[in-house]
Amino acid sequence: MSFDLAALRAQFPILSQVVNGNPLHYLDNGASAQTPLAVLDAVRTYETTGRANVVRGVHMLAERATEAYEGARAEVAAFLGVVPSEIIFTGGCTAAINLVAYSYGSLLKPGDRILLSTLEHHSNIVPWQLLRSRSGIEIDALPVTDEGRIDLSALPRMLTPRTKLVSLVHVSNVTGASLDVKTVVAAARSVGAKIMLDGAQRAPHGPLDLPSLDIDFYVFAGHKVFGPNGVGVLWARPELLEAMPPFHGGGSMIGRVTFAETTWAPPPRRFEAGTPPIGQAIGLGAACKWMRGLDWMAVHAHEMALTQRAMDGLQGIAGTRILGPSSLQDRYPVVSFALEGVHTHDVAQVLDSFGVAVRAGHHCAQPLMDHFDLAGTTRVSIAPYNDNGDIDAMLAGVEHAAKILR
Amino acid sequence: MSEQLYQERIVALAKAKTGAGKLAAPTKSARRDNPLCGDRVTIDVALDATGKIKDIAHQVRGCLLCEASASALASVAVGRDAAGIAALRHEADRALGREEGEAGEPFSAFTPVRQHKSRQDCVLLPFEALKDALS
Repeated sequence: MSFDLAALRAQFPILSQVVNGNPLHYLDNGASAQTPLAVLDAVRTYETTGRANVVRGVHMLAERATEAYEGARAEVAAFLGVVPSEIIFTGGCTAAINLVAYSYGSLLKPGDRILLSTLEHHSNIVPWQLLRSRSGIEIDALPVTDEGRIDLSALPRMLTPRTKLVSLVHVSNVTGASLDVKTVVAAARSVGAKIMLDGAQRAPHGPLDLPSLDIDFYVFAGHKVFGPNGVGVLWARPELLEAMPPFHGGGSMIGRVTFAETTWAPPPRRFEAGTPPIGQAIGLGAACKWMRGLDWMAVHAHEMALTQRAMDGLQGIAGTRILGPSSLQDRYPVVSFALEGVHTHDVAQVLDSFGVAVRAGHHCAQPLMDHFDLAGTTRVSIAPYNDNGDIDAMLAGVEHAAKILR
Repeated sequence: MSEQLYQERIVALAKAKTGAGKLAAPTKSARRDNPLCGDRVTIDVALDATGKIKDIAHQVRGCLLCEASASALASVAVGRDAAGIAALRHEADRALGREEGEAGEPFSAFTPVRQHKSRQDCVLLPFEALKDALS
């Protein structure tokens, strides 16, 4: 392994604490990842040396704040392989999808169709339902396969000339399955549809090269990529951003305001009404820079070795059912499971007594849970700083839950 | 902490499954979901002419705490009307530390849930469903 795990862990002060008498084993990274010193330092520097509003101030602190904010935009752009003017800072991933659903959605006509999937997070379902209520668009949903992937064999029959957008999860927050983007793009282009990917669970696992994906929109959240809460990113092709009307109105997003008429600022400013989450964006920029400094070949191998260890261990516990691909092929380090006869919240509660933090429940994916006839699953989601001890503590906790609660 | 939470009395209540199932001819039924976790409780009641519970059954798709609570509630619900069930809710609230005073049986079993605020709604979901069924 060409990265030093101990040195990496040392960059995350929160990991050294004791929870319920045990070392913390943080395996809830899919909900929120922890934050390294580099991010904390960047936010602290802004708050202590440059805290001011951005864009319009002419004093020194405002200059510093604006420079740091735009520097963060450039870091995010470098992380995605795109140019800074195509990056919109939002309040989160959900906010980014809502922006697209409202703004791009306002360009759609009644009867136009959006193609989603049963694997989607509620944040990639509900904004489109709201759009449907507003404007009369129709929603279709691709089914899922038995191993928790989007069933792309259904693409030809579900794509129609009225399909204007295909919006799918890049990596599932429940099954860890990774999307075959190339196949989706080829099919969507054949009917002239745009493509959006929800990258919330993919972005935490290394830099992306969005131009090579040939998509139209990409969204992700700051807090899942080791950055602060309250910030997210929308990337979109510049010609789309140029055509899209504002989502929120207010300061910063205007060209000229009169009571008779108001004109809009060009993107990205058009979509950043009011004071943006400045410190959070700066922290996110630092997180993207920090991530770009890692050896992702080594990190990915490490994360997937932990995934295999978790899957092997869980399969050795009677009554465990893993919801997701059985191999490591085209999957990311998220492992969801059900333990027969024990409710997922009870599993998670017992794990907490072992110092193990996981997520339990429907994971904001109720259509998927309905499909598999499950109330919920327990989810282990892995980050670069996790180690074998984290996985082994989780396995010991699951065994204990099975013993005392069945 | 969880070792204390899953004490024998709670586990025993859940495993007893008192009142688990459906009534063939319920007077009223109600279903409650917990939108945060997806847990679901459905309660059937058969009422006499004065509104008192003659029989009760519950279906729980939820955690052990929810199952234990439904079981405990079913074990003492017969013969009570809406006001009597509201009085039992106060017992549960006392167990959870939401009201002053000692909780009566069998709800004192839920005293360990005081420390786990995120799980208290699991205990209260069957009460909410029964309240709906009686309203």
